[in-house]
Amino acid sequence: MTDASTPTRTATSTAVLPPSGSDRPPPEDRRPIVRPRGRHLRARIGSVLKHAGLIAFGFVMLYPLLWMLASSFKPNALIFREPGLIPTDIDLSNYTDGWNALLHPFSHYLINSALVVLGSLLGNLLSCSLAAYAFARLEFKGKRLWFAVMLMSIMLPIHVVIVPQYVLFSQLEWINTFLPLIVPKLLATDAFFIFLMVQFFRGIPRELDEAATLDGANHLRIYLQIMLPLSMPALATTAIFTFIWTWNDFFSQLIFLTRPEMYTVPIALRTFVDSTGNSSWGSLFAMSIVSLIPVFIAFLFGQKYLVKGIATTGIK
Amino acid sequence: MSVIQELSRSRRSASPRKKGDGRWALFFLAPWFAGLALITAGPMGASLYLSFTDYDLLSAPQWVGLENYTRMFEDPRLLKSLGVTFTYVFVSVPLQLAAALGLALLLDKGMRGLALYRSVYYLPSLLGGSVAIAILWRQIFGADGLVNQVLALFGVQGQGWVSHPDYALDTLMALNVWTFGAPMVIFLAGLRQIPQMYYEAASIDGASRWRQFRSITVPLLTPIIFFNLVLQLIEAFQSFTRAFVVSGGNGGPSDSTLLYTLYLYLKGFGSLDMGYASAMAWFLLLIIGGMTVVNFLASKYWVFYDD
Repeated sequence: MTDASTPTRTATSTAVLPPSGSDRPPPEDRRPIVRPRGRHLRARIGSVLKHAGLIAFGFVMLYPLLWMLASSFKPNALIFREPGLIPTDIDLSNYTDGWNALLHPFSHYLINSALVVLGSLLGNLLSCSLAAYAFARLEFKGKRLWFAVMLMSIMLPIHVVIVPQYVLFSQLEWINTFLPLIVPKLLATDAFFIFLMVQFFRGIPRELDEAATLDGANHLRIYLQIMLPLSMPALATTAIFTFIWTWNDFFSQLIFLTRPEMYTVPIALRTFVDSTGNSSWGSLFAMSIVSLIPVFIAFLFGQKYLVKGIATTGIK
Repeated sequence: MSVIQELSRSRRSASPRKKGDGRWALFFLAPWFAGLALITAGPMGASLYLSFTDYDLLSAPQWVGLENYTRMFEDPRLLKSLGVTFTYVFVSVPLQLAAALGLALLLDKGMRGLALYRSVYYLPSLLGGSVAIAILWRQIFGADGLVNQVLALFGVQGQGWVSHPDYALDTLMALNVWTFGAPMVIFLAGLRQIPQMYYEAASIDGASRWRQFRSITVPLLTPIIFFNLVLQLIEAFQSFTRAFVVSGGNGGPSDSTLLYTLYLYLKGFGSLDMGYASAMAWFLLLIIGGMTVVNFLASKYWVFYDD
């Protein structure tokens, strides 16, 4: 990112402006030496205040998360009495209790979620890149129409198709399997990623394809040996978003998974809330933290791609 | 280049260069075509059909004509959920975008620590849709929750925000505003695209910073504001998880958090009134589609395109 290369821009740009203004005679050149220094000081105080404000705001924003983390180590009684972050009494029993609070140990749900995520990753990476290649590089009849259809499908609310999908999948006896969650991804229904990859493919120089064509490569080889290797950033963005969205997805998992042994993490957490009510926030928080860790790790390592992804296509 | 720019782009562009690759296209698009037919378009048609029937999943659908649609306007819960949803969307989205724009403006210009600030503000957007955060919200705004503990430090006696019909929806709106990070990142990218020379030229001409903001930043940012607005509105209309978890799955207290999608879920998958749920889904599509069209029409009056 370019941020690191220009860390002092705010300081210099305010300092540079007055002299460049005072090169031209009127109206400010009566005290050309005193003014810049005064401004410089003002700018620095302003900048310190701004940073203080931004840090305070960030802290307030993240406070609930930090507090949940801290509370997950506190005995239940303290959660209702301690708004602070430092626990006066550290207790790991929330984690052991929470882990075993439901019908299956929490690892069972983590594995289920991981399976769904893995299938979705594979599906999106493969099917969306195939479709994107067609839209970015091939000429065919009705291309513009299909492309528009693809774009519009990004914004289609899932509610419009969920009932017939449920009927279809229950006739196939796929309810309480992971297939209703994975098969659609294998069929490129997450059109957002097609769009993302089309954008990326368009930026790859066509000369490369043309050279390969001259060497006798067909489209499949160009896709496999030129496009995919050069599109690692787009594939990484797709992978990270797919991971986080699938991991957090609640609506479709709630509908298609109703047997406890098939529960994924979000459904298990929701069952946990229902079964404990307000009695054991500690273990509920502990398992919530566990459920957020994978997303947080994806965020830490994939930040660059996440930011790029939303900046170029604009969907969170 | 965003989805919206892509869609609203003028139709003519260079295309017929060489003879078609029809067969290859069929090969590369095969999964997508199958998905379109089986997972998207087919079910859309089926749901349109079901919306004119009485269907409970167990027996065959019975044709009832427009009855589901007319029932909707006599259903007090549906009208209530529409009100709740409109309030949620049209209050929280503008606030969320205002926060996103404000922070993006503060963070622009390659300041020190930009990447770190951006990450910190963006993180809630990634987590905000999860069940875990909804659980956290339910505790924070509960009677003995974090908010009231903090208020107690100042001697204020709070109440159970999520269990009070007048405030429960506010907590959901607060959650939506909390996730301003994603539109903020988009604003940041937009701000970076404004050529620095415009500002330089303006300051040589003696324009104040406020004047520069009004005459350069705002007009050049309107396409991004528009894009964020359209997207966040569409997304907010589909909010589900937070209302489901915070209310314990019923949209309470007294339907004050009964977002439209939650009611749709309760109708379709709770009471298996799937014809009605399908009609509701199509009505939702109509609302979202209509709102988006209005947005595009209105954009002619306030969105400024450079090219």
